[in-house]
Amino acid sequence: MSDDKAATNAETLAKTLEAGAGGSAGACEQANGEADIRAEAVVLTGAEIVCECLLREGVDIVFGYPGGAILPTYDALTRYPQLHHVLTRHEQGASHMADGYARATGKVGVAMATSGPGATNLVTGIATAMMDSSPIVCITGQVPTGAIGTDAFQETDVTGITLPITKHNYLVTSIDELAEDIREAFHIARTGRPGPVLVDIPKDIQIQTTEFVYPTEPVTLPGYKPPRRGRADQVEAALELIRESRRPVILAGHGISMANANAELAELCERAQIPVALTLLGKGAISERHPMCVGMMGMHGGAEVNHAIQQADLLIALGMRFDDRVTGNLATYAKGSRKIHVDIDSSEINKNVRVDVGIVGDLREVLRQLLDRVERRPNDAWFDRIAEWRADSELREIVRPADAPRHPAVSEGKLLGAQVIRDLFELTGGNAVTVTDVGQHQMWEAQYYQHERPHSLITSGGLGTMGFGLPAAIGAKMARPDQEVWAIVGDGGFQMTSMELATAVQEKVKVNIAVINNGFLGMVRQWQEFFYEERYNQTPMVNPDFCKLAEAYGIPAIRVTERGQIEDAVNATRAQAGGPILVEFVVEKEEIVFPMVPAGADLDDMIRRPTPAEFEQKRRERAAAKATPAETDAEPEPVAPAAVAGTRFGV
Amino acid sequence: MAKHILAALVENRPGVLARVSNLFRRRSFNIDSLSVGRTQRENLSRMTIVMESDAAEADRLVKNLYKLVDVVHVDHLHNQPSVARDMALVKVKASSENRREVIQLCDIFRARIIDVAAESLVVEITGEEEKLGHFTELVRPFGIVEMVRTGVIAMGRGSHTLKDQGYKPNRGRSSSRRSVL
Ligand SMILES: Cc1ncc(C[n+]2csc(CCOP(=O)(O)OP(=O)(O)O)c2C)c(N)n1
Ligand SMILES: [Mg+2]
Repeated sequence: MSDDKAATNAETLAKTLEAGAGGSAGACEQANGEADIRAEAVVLTGAEIVCECLLREGVDIVFGYPGGAILPTYDALTRYPQLHHVLTRHEQGASHMADGYARATGKVGVAMATSGPGATNLVTGIATAMMDSSPIVCITGQVPTGAIGTDAFQETDVTGITLPITKHNYLVTSIDELAEDIREAFHIARTGRPGPVLVDIPKDIQIQTTEFVYPTEPVTLPGYKPPRRGRADQVEAALELIRESRRPVILAGHGISMANANAELAELCERAQIPVALTLLGKGAISERHPMCVGMMGMHGGAEVNHAIQQADLLIALGMRFDDRVTGNLATYAKGSRKIHVDIDSSEINKNVRVDVGIVGDLREVLRQLLDRVERRPNDAWFDRIAEWRADSELREIVRPADAPRHPAVSEGKLLGAQVIRDLFELTGGNAVTVTDVGQHQMWEAQYYQHERPHSLITSGGLGTMGFGLPAAIGAKMARPDQEVWAIVGDGGFQMTSMELATAVQEKVKVNIAVINNGFLGMVRQWQEFFYEERYNQTPMVNPDFCKLAEAYGIPAIRVTERGQIEDAVNATRAQAGGPILVEFVVEKEEIVFPMVPAGADLDDMIRRPTPAEFEQKRRERAAAKATPAETDAEPEPVAPAAVAGTRFGV
Repeated sequence: MAKHILAALVENRPGVLARVSNLFRRRSFNIDSLSVGRTQRENLSRMTIVMESDAAEADRLVKNLYKLVDVVHVDHLHNQPSVARDMALVKVKASSENRREVIQLCDIFRARIIDVAAESLVVEITGEEEKLGHFTELVRPFGIVEMVRTGVIAMGRGSHTLKDQGYKPNRGRSSSRRSVL
């Protein structure tokens, strides 16, 4: 059949679809129009089948970049105006945008790329999505079936490359399986423990034609049956442990929001009076202003939170995976506690931490099972103890209101990255969707921007991917145009994907970009300060003028160098309409993220910022030591890494 | 540490073997042997995996195998009465003087001689891994020219069967995809 004929068919089909779905792209509604479509099956090209399938999966935006092996599909896209294609400036941007889109909505994000270099450029974004269980589907072009395995031009074994970083992947081997493969890909990406799925489509299959039948029955895969309810005996055992506990802590992870179990979590902790500690991706699982929420745990978590975990007699881990960044040294982790672990992925249970009760199931279902039976009880003594630890943390706090007395570690007039985030939090009323990059600014975001709603913090937790922030923010904003979206990025990571500024301009995406410019790969510099005797090798950066860079893209930009300027800049940024805007915050270069659990150390063995009193004491000791120089010229004693942390105990 | 034998039913889809072996590598499972072959079901193949590990490690492998979409069912045969067999072809040096001795050994082990040449014999031997081990130790002094083993295959006894979970091949799936490789 000729190409023209196929095009006509596609148009008819698209119209039928629209009529059947009342113009909406909702996947469920479209299933209603199915009967008529199947009645008069049409012949379509593989490329058109891809588009048809995307529409039926509820896709409205595709992030991608064209090239030879995917060109038939790009050509077909012209006949599907309901699918809005966003041209990124690098395929990595496309996979991060799809990821940001997915994390902001819970819907599957879609990225598209050509074979070879296009496909390999997606890889970092796929690995990022895998580590954080984000549902994306990547569609790549492949060299024609007959050329596979011959090292053809732009051939790469992308299903091989992505085998360990996808939940599943497909190399389409026949046009008759194309629709089914794509349908399965979406099903696998969004159900169970979500994750990225890649579908690699040889060019000849995109060009071939076949009768398009879209199966109406639900996808059934014999080897894939996501669990739902928890086993009753295990739920019973968990309730028993909760009843017996005096110092319980809930560890809430990303799974809570992914399972829409936020209300259930709130009810559980209120009823049983259990403090809730959050992982980085767990932020938003429960409002951080909720009286039961104690804050973030782990390497840069609150000291009071880490103490509570170490002193607990029961940990209830919900949709989290005991990552080394939250446990520290496993040998000493929460030694005195019994443990309950609820997760949808059975392989997470007993992976890092051995637990007393492991429940495999959908968190919302399992929490409901627990809620049926969990008893009310007071727990004041335990909360009082946590409050004492918190009071100590507050003494050490440097982020304070402008009229409060300064912590002596902060000299007058310094603009602190941490302070920028706290002011941004206050000026946006805590209501923005924030998307971070990776580094110190990410940890300040986690510490000082309190989130109330699920899906309101988007950050690369598991892989820690620099360059994630800007593209993910663009994806998030396109997914949720009604939301205020801030990209909070470091000067290092921003430069890894700053070319996506052009994408934001082309698409008129109103994303607010806060560049926290400390002139350093700050987080690495911090490690060098603590653990490598202040040898700052390859961490200072000569940066471009970020405001001029923005302006080169036609993006308005504001530079902030003092705390007093933050409010005006943020307000002006929020007021700006119609496209991206950038604010560069030129912050203190050598600020430290406190507290810090050194990698592999015990969770409660934290490097803390000194209290004002400790700080003054050290200052006096130093002055005294300078006044009476040592009389011998003996070798100075070697300094242990932990002690080095004390040599520059400033911000 | 003990020997664990796992049996897995997998869909015949291209790349299944790569997915399983990649899992071993990626999560550092130490596998002694892996054998793959067809079953009575056209679309299902069966893998037998032998590993030396503690029980927790074997459990971790079962859970990770289940995460693979193409894996339909996994059984830990250790937990039930089962039979296991390994097969070897051994080419043993055998001159006219010692040929008789080799043949005697084969008789004792119920091994079959399937090829005879002037300087060597090819012996086929089937049994539990241990028996094969003993046999090779005993013929080693004659000189083993080459040897190949299939790896263990195993099955539960009596009513202990590997469930196929009511497996039905997906529509449109039967045509081009037969190979597990
Ligand atoms: C792609 C990638 N490369 C390297 C790293 C290691 N790394 C972690 S944080 C960091 C420094 C980030 O610097 P910047 O973006 O300026 O943020 P800051 O820490 O200064 O806030 C580096 C290099 C990483 N996480 N990702
Ligand atoms: Mg920096």
